[in-house]
Amino acid sequence: MSAGEDVAAAAGPEDGGAHGRSVLQLEGLSLSFGGLRALSGLDLEVRDEEIVSLIGPNGAGKTTVFNVITGVYEPSDGDVFFAGKPIAGLAPHSIARMGIARTFQSLRLFLNMSVIENVMAATYGNTKAMPWESVLRLPRARREEREVRALAADVLSFFGQRLAGYRWDQPAYSLSYANRRRLEIARALATRPRLLLLDEPAAGMNPAETHEITELIERLRAERDVAILVIEHDMHVVASCSDRVVALDHGVKIAEGGFDQVASHPAVVEAYLGRDPEALSDAG
Amino acid sequence: MSLDAPPPAPRAEEGPQVGADEWVARQARRREYLPSWLGRAQRLGDRVGWWPRLAVAGLAAAALPLLGLGGFQLQVGIDALVIALLAVGLNIVVGWAGVLDLGYVAFFGFGAYGFALVSSGQIGADGIHLPSYVSIPLVMLAAAVLGLLVGLPSRRLIGDYLAIVTLFFGEAFVEFTNNVAPGALGGPNGIVGIDPVSVFGHKITSNGGYYYLLVVVLVVTMAVLRLLEFSRTGRAWRAVREDPLAAASMTVPVNWVKLMAFAFGAAVAALAGTVFVAQQISVFPTDFDTPILILVYAGLILGGAGSIAGAATGALVVMVIYDGLLRSPSDSGYLFYGLILLTLLVKLRPWRRLAVVLGACVAFGFAAHAIAAAISARAVAGGPGSTGWIASALHDWVIVPANATVAGNYGFVALVCLLIALVQAGPRWRTILLVPALYLASFVWETRLVTEPAITRQLMIGAILIVMMNARPQGLLGQRRVEAIT
Repeated sequence: MSAGEDVAAAAGPEDGGAHGRSVLQLEGLSLSFGGLRALSGLDLEVRDEEIVSLIGPNGAGKTTVFNVITGVYEPSDGDVFFAGKPIAGLAPHSIARMGIARTFQSLRLFLNMSVIENVMAATYGNTKAMPWESVLRLPRARREEREVRALAADVLSFFGQRLAGYRWDQPAYSLSYANRRRLEIARALATRPRLLLLDEPAAGMNPAETHEITELIERLRAERDVAILVIEHDMHVVASCSDRVVALDHGVKIAEGGFDQVASHPAVVEAYLGRDPEALSDAG
Repeated sequence: MSLDAPPPAPRAEEGPQVGADEWVARQARRREYLPSWLGRAQRLGDRVGWWPRLAVAGLAAAALPLLGLGGFQLQVGIDALVIALLAVGLNIVVGWAGVLDLGYVAFFGFGAYGFALVSSGQIGADGIHLPSYVSIPLVMLAAAVLGLLVGLPSRRLIGDYLAIVTLFFGEAFVEFTNNVAPGALGGPNGIVGIDPVSVFGHKITSNGGYYYLLVVVLVVTMAVLRLLEFSRTGRAWRAVREDPLAAASMTVPVNWVKLMAFAFGAAVAALAGTVFVAQQISVFPTDFDTPILILVYAGLILGGAGSIAGAATGALVVMVIYDGLLRSPSDSGYLFYGLILLTLLVKLRPWRRLAVVLGACVAFGFAAHAIAAAISARAVAGGPGSTGWIASALHDWVIVPANATVAGNYGFVALVCLLIALVQAGPRWRTILLVPALYLASFVWETRLVTEPAITRQLMIGAILIVMMNARPQGLLGQRRVEAIT
C-alpha cells in the first residue's frame, strides 16, 4: 500500500534508525505517589528492533513504567529519552506522535466505533486536514482520507483472516476478547510507532492464541521494524520472543539479561515465590 | 415475522469469514430495529442510505406548508426547527465529544443578542445594520471563539464538575443580559426592532419565509456535520468520548479536540440564535432560560445522542408534541389516547389478551358510569374535558363529577399508586389491574390534566422519556452503545 507509506514517511522519525541504536532510555527514573514509591532509580534501555520483556509480580510497577514512558504520569525524578530526545513531561499525544504506541492491559478500545474507525482514529496526530477541508472535501483532506484508509487496511491485514475484510465496519464491541487484543495492536500500529509498548498481550488468551501472540510479536519486529517493550506474565511468551528480560519488584530493577539468566536469578525467584523456607531457617 | 427470527448460529465448517463476532454483531443490530411496521420502515431507510433520507426529509418538511398550515402551526414548525438546529449542534458536544455541556443555551443567546446588536438601532444614533451575509458568519465566528474561551478553564473538568460549571455559565448569561449594560442589551426589556434576514438581497419577513429558511439551514447544517462526522475531526471527537486516555495515547490531543467540539457546537447554536431573533424581531433574556435547555436535551436524548438525524428528529418530535399538540385540548387528547393505544398494541401480546383488556376496559367504564349515574346525578354532571368527537365518545363512559377539579386531584394520587402497584404486580394481576388503571388514567386526563396544558405537557414529555428509556434507551435513531467496564 504505497498510499499508506506516505503517511508513514510523514509520521516516522527523521532518522531511519540504524540497528542497535538506542530507542528508549530511562535514566534513574523514580515516581512517588505521596509516600508510596512506585518506581525508584530505574534504568532501562531498548535498542532498535529489540524485544525487551518486562516481568515481575503483580504490583511491581510494570504498567507504571509504561504510564511514565507514555506521559500519563510525570516522573518525580530521572529522565526518559526517546531517540535521544528527552520526553518526560510531554503530553501523551505528543509522545505518541513522536513514535511510541501502546496497548492497554485492561483493553481500552473505542468500543462504539467501527473496527476500521478505531484504527483510523489513531492517525489523527499524523494527519493535518482541518475540519473545513474535510467538509468541503478539499484535495488535502481527500488525499489524507485515502491514505488513512489504506494504512488502516494495511495494519488490519497484518492479522490476516482474524480481522479481515467485511468485519471492518462492525462496532468494536462486537469483537471477541482475543480480537479486541488484536485490534488494540492494530490501532497502535496505525500511529506508525518506532517503539511499541505491549501491556500483557497474552492475558486472558488460550494456549493456541498465546502461541499466536508470540509469533505475532516476532512478526511485528520483522515486518514493521519496531522495537518492542512487552509486559507479560506468560513465561512461554517471554522465553520465546525476548532478546532481553528485565525483572522488576517494588519499583526496583532486580535483574536484567537473557531469559534463562533472569529466570534463575535468586532475587527473581524470591520475588515470585518468596524466600526458600530452608534457606530462611538456615539463616535464622 | 420471519425477519425477526434469529439467524442460525454459525458453524465452524462455514469457513473463517463467518465467525462468532459477526453473528453477535448481526444479533445486536437486529435487536435495534423497532417492532413491526416501524422496524420495516427503518430497514427500508437503512437500505436507502443517509443522503437520500436527508433529501426526502428536507423535501417533506418543505412540502408541509403546502398542506395549508395555519399561523399557529407554522409558528410551531419554526420553533421546532430552531430547537432541532440547537439539538444538532448540541449533538457535537454531547453526542460525539461526550462532554456534558449544560450551558449550551448561552451560545444560542449569544448568537441571538449578537445578531440583534449588529442588526438593529440599539447601538449608536442610527444603530448598526450589517447585511445578513456579514452578520451571521461574524456572530457564528464570535460564538466559536466564546466556545473556546468557555472551554479553556473547563478543559480540566470532566463529568459532573463540567456539567455544573457550564450550568452556571448558562445561568450567568441570563443574569448578564438581564442586568449588565442595560443601555446596549436592554435589560429585561430586551432588544426590539431587529432587521430581518436577507438572502440574496431579498428580505425575509413572513413566517413562511422563515420556515423555508430554517429548513434549508437545518438541512445544510446536518449535511455539513455528516461530512464532519466521518472525517478526521469527527473520529477524534468520538474517540475522546469513548476513552480519553486511549485517544491521547493514539496521538489525539484530547483537550484541543474537546475545545473544538465546544466551538463547533457554539457556532451552530449561534446560527440558530440569529435566525430565531430575526424571525421574532425581538429578543429577551427569558428566551434563553432553563426550559429551552431541557427541551433541547429532551430532543437529543429522545432522538438518540450521537446521531445527527436522531437529534433533529427527536427535537422536532418533542417540540411538535410540547408546543403544538399539548397546547390545545383536542389535539392533546389524540396524543394521549393515541399513545396509550399504541403502547397497548405494541406491548400487549397475544392479541387475545389485548382484546380482553380493551373489551374489559370499555365494559368497566360503561358499567361504572351507569352505577355512578344511578347513585347520584352530580357524580356524572361534568362533561369530559376533551373536545370534539373524543368528548362525545367518552360522554357516557368516563365519570366526570360536578366538582371535577377535586375529584381529579384524588384521582391523580390514586393513579400514581395504581401505577406503582401495576409495576410491582405479577403478570396475572398486572393484566387485571391494567383495566382500572387505564380507566383511572382517562378519568384523571378528562378531569384534570386536559385543563392544565402548561403542566400536562411537561408531565407528558417526562412520561415519554421514561417510556423511551425503557423501550429504546439509545433513542429513536440512535445506535446502541456499550459502556466499557474498566
